[in-house]
Formats: sequence, structure tokens, C-alpha cells
Amino acid sequence: MIELEHVSKTFPGQDVAAVGDLTFTIPEGESVVLVGPSGCGKTTTLKMINRLIEPTGGTITVAGRDVAQMEAHELRRGIGYVIQQIGLFPHRTIRDNIATVPKLLGWEKKRIQARVLELTDLVDLSEDMLTRYPSELSGGQRQRVGVARALAADPPVLLMDEPFGAVDPIVRTRLQDELVSLQARLNKTIVLVTHDIDEAIKLGDRVALLNIGGVLEQYAPPEELLRDPANAFVADFLGTDRGIKRLSLVPISQINLDPGPVLPRSAPVAEAREMMRRYQIDWAVVGGDGRIEGWFTENDIAGHDTLDRVHLLPFQTKLAATDSLQQALDAVISSHTAVAAVFDGERYLGMVTSEEISREIIE
Amino acid sequence: MIEFLGEVVAWFTDPANWTGVNGIPNRMWEHIQMSVLATTAAAALAIPPAVYLGHRRKGGVIAVAGVNMARAIPSFAIVAISLPFSIRLGLGLGFWPTFIALFFLAVPPFFTNTYTAVAGVDDALVESGRGMGMTQPQVVRRIEIPVASPVILAAARVASVQVIATATLAALVAWGGLGRYIIDGFATQDSVQVFAGGLLVAGLAVVAELGFSAIERWWLPRGLREPSEDIARVAA
Repeated sequence: MIELEHVSKTFPGQDVAAVGDLTFTIPEGESVVLVGPSGCGKTTTLKMINRLIEPTGGTITVAGRDVAQMEAHELRRGIGYVIQQIGLFPHRTIRDNIATVPKLLGWEKKRIQARVLELTDLVDLSEDMLTRYPSELSGGQRQRVGVARALAADPPVLLMDEPFGAVDPIVRTRLQDELVSLQARLNKTIVLVTHDIDEAIKLGDRVALLNIGGVLEQYAPPEELLRDPANAFVADFLGTDRGIKRLSLVPISQINLDPGPVLPRSAPVAEAREMMRRYQIDWAVVGGDGRIEGWFTENDIAGHDTLDRVHLLPFQTKLAATDSLQQALDAVISSHTAVAAVFDGERYLGMVTSEEISREIIE
Repeated sequence: MIEFLGEVVAWFTDPANWTGVNGIPNRMWEHIQMSVLATTAAAALAIPPAVYLGHRRKGGVIAVAGVNMARAIPSFAIVAISLPFSIRLGLGLGFWPTFIALFFLAVPPFFTNTYTAVAGVDDALVESGRGMGMTQPQVVRRIEIPVASPVILAAARVASVQVIATATLAALVAWGGLGRYIIDGFATQDSVQVFAGGLLVAGLAVVAELGFSAIERWWLPRGLREPSEDIARVAA
């Protein structure tokens, strides 16, 4: 747990405080993203935690210990640190780069060796990279080494300053996904700085939205931030598409599913026509008892008495209840039927409709 | 001309020129000794303050300007100026004036290169080093000096070549070294000896240059040699 109490920082020779009076708590094992416009003091705040910047007021405690009372280098050896430029040492092999903190801590060679291999596996690097130098790696690989190096001594806390700012969007998305899965396994206390609200929403258990001068405008889980922005600044920073953004955070199971125009095989064609009229559509589904077989259109039933011999089309997209509404929206928009079927394993649960999704956005 | 070159070959093959105080081995040894001593002393005195100022990234520009001003003074003048002091202080004729002149010649490349290289170490490296818990001396020893080492090594190469070339001045103030052949050759109008002396000095300078190039190639870690951006791109 990291606690900031009335923390402030005014740089020498400046009248205005970079961080005015900041108080908030970062819970153990959670990832907190500091986000805000440039000049909001997010990086300053981050660097005050490991004392690369000394606060001019207030106290910061990490795991109950006042950081100001600790030797700066001792403090830092217990906190992982990743920066945008990564800062891998060009004169050292990848192996030696990863081993930096264990070496500073005076670990035994065997232990360092084992730990390096463990980390190589953890961040998905191949072992033959260990003897290479940073200049021989791609941007994405370097960033993984940076993360491995920060995790080397297994610190409970990880500070990341715009860690994915210098890589291209495709690699960035992949690295973000990797961090999410890494965090799911490691449960570190992560403080990450970014200027990218989408990154904040994706990576943060909580998001701290800062305004110029280190003013904390809102501190909440991303879903809450998007659903209920505290003020105009927050709403503005989140953008006009915050409703859409929030869809990626809400699982389908959160909304009401329509049972859908489902009929048994034995149903007479007249009943199918009645169902289509009710739903104001030109198609229906054959199924029942938690299973569906496929769908058909009004044209397909011409000349039939029951649905018994009607030709059925398979559903293109099957959604799971744990999928996000964003995935549901994508499926709905791109399907002919304007709905998407949701399953729990093989069991049919119902249909997602665009009406239910937009109700979730508006609410 | 062919005749002259024949005489030069004859000079080199004359056994008399390979033995005694005035023989090539002794003069070469004196020359190397003087050059190594002056270059090492300059390195030892110039590098530590340059590293310190470079690490602090303060005050170095003024220091570099000052050191470079010393470069404007001809080595010959330094020999001339230090000669009377050396005699007065009872330090003798040849060694000290030459040593002092060569020392001043070698200080600027060491100081300037070291300061520039250390101060120029990427801030991100220093920040990540500190962020991981390196103390200031550890940042200097484990990051700044190694990263600056190619440039410091280049200074050693430049300085030693200059020093080897200039150490011929020693002969003017009655010291040994390869300059003896040139100075004595002039005095006796023995152009063969002058030419042979010149060849020997040039040869030694070339060997020093090649030696340092080899060190730069083999001793520096791969990561500090040519930046291999294209390899990085391929590996993406």
C-alpha cells in the first residue's frame, strides 16, 4: 500500500506548485493509473514515490514506512521502475541488464542466474536473447526486458512512467495485454503514468485523473469514472465517446438479454409469421431448451406448413456472457440479424440487441 | 633518389645502428618510455576531474574552454619555457621539460573527451540506474564511465599519436628518443639519418594508432560499438 498525504512539490525558481496538495491511497496489489494533461504533475507524483524527486511537503509511505526516513537507494531497490525510454544499459548484455538490481543487492550468482531465466520466461523472451545487447533488440523486446529488469528482485511495488509511449500502436496494444495478464498472475502494486486515457482505462484497477498543479479531480475505477464523471473537466478529458469506451468494461451478463424469436421445430409456420410480426423483423430462430439450431428468413418458410424441413442458417458470431458489451456491439452491428446470440458454453442464454446496449450507454 | 633509398636501407641494416646508447632499440625504448609516461600522467590527472564535472554536468564547459586554451601554446614553447626552471630546480636538462610539454599536449584530448562523453550519457540511463537503487558512485562506475569509454579510448589514441610525434623535441634539450636521429642528422647534415629517424617516429605513431584501434574493436563490449539500428529493425 502506498499512501500520499498532503504531498506537494514546488520546483526551485518556480512560483506555481507542480503538485499542490495531493492525498490519496494506492491499495496493495492494485494497479493505479495516473492520467491527465501535460503539466498535471503525474510524473512528478510518480517520481516522488521513489524519491527521484523530493517532495517539498507532505508524507509518502510505502508499506507503512515513511520514504523520507529511508536511504534513497535502499528504498529504490525495493521498488521496480520502468521509464518510457526504457534506459537499458547499452554496454551490458540483456542478461546483465535484467540482473542489475539482484547484483546491487548482492545475490549469489546461482540465484541471479535462476531468477534471470525465470523472468525471461515470464515476459516471454527467448533465452538466446540473453547474450545479446540492447541495440540488437526491437523496441517491443527492449520494453519487455525493461519490465523484466524492474521485476528482477521481485519488488512488491512497480512504478511505470509512460512505459509504452515509445513503441508503435500495434506493439503497444500487445504489451498492454501482456501487462494485464502479468498483473493477473503477480498482483503487484503498480503505479503507472500515462497521458492516454484509453491506456488508463485498460490498465487501471483505479484511475487517478489529475488536473494542472496536481489537483486530483477524480479517483475511481475506470467503469465508474466513465459512468459517473465527477465534473466537467473529467467528462471533457474522457471525451464525448466515453459511453462507447465504457462498453469495453461492462460484461454482457450485466444487461438484460432478449429471449429472442425462438420457436421449436414443430411450430407451425403461422406461429413463425406471428413471431416476426411481433418482433418487427423478417427472420426467426429454431431452438428450445437452452439450445438453438439456426435461423431462417420469411422467404425460407414459403410453401412449408411447419418449421420441420426449413433450411437453417448458422449463427456467425457466438458471444459469451463474459464478453464485453463492446464485443457485443461489434457483433450486433456487423450481423445481418442486428442481434447476436449469447451462450454460456453450449447453452443459449438469449440475444443482445442494439436497444439494450444503447440503454446501457445512456444510463 | 634510388641511391638515397639505398643509403637509407644501408643505414637500417648497419649493425652499428642497432647497438649501444645511440642504437635503434635504446632510442625506441626511450621514446616509448617518455610517450607512455607523459600520456599516462595526463590521463591520470585529466580523467578524474573530467568524470566528476561530467557527472555533475556543471562547470565543465568553462573547464573545457580553459584546457583547450592550453592547446594553443606550442609544445616547443613549453619546452623552452620549462627548460630554465628545470635547470634552476636541479631537475636536469632533457627529461622534465620534454615531459611537461608532452603532458600539457595530452591533457586537452583526455579532459575534453571524457567530460563531453560523461556529460553526454543519456539521461534515461542515469535515471534508470538511480531509479533501480544505484548510489551516485555506482552510477559513475557502472554506467557513466563504461558508456563513455569508447570516447575516452579515442582520446587515448589521439593523445598518444600526438605525443609520439612531439616527443622528438626531447632531442633538442639533450634527451634521447628517436628525435636524436633527426636533430643529430640535421647538425651533421646527414639527411639519411634524418630520414631514417622520421621513418621510425612515423612507424611508431602508426603502430600506436593501430594498437588502439584494435583495443577499441576487441575490448569494447559489442553494445558500445557501431549502433546496429538495422539489426534492431529486423528483430522486430
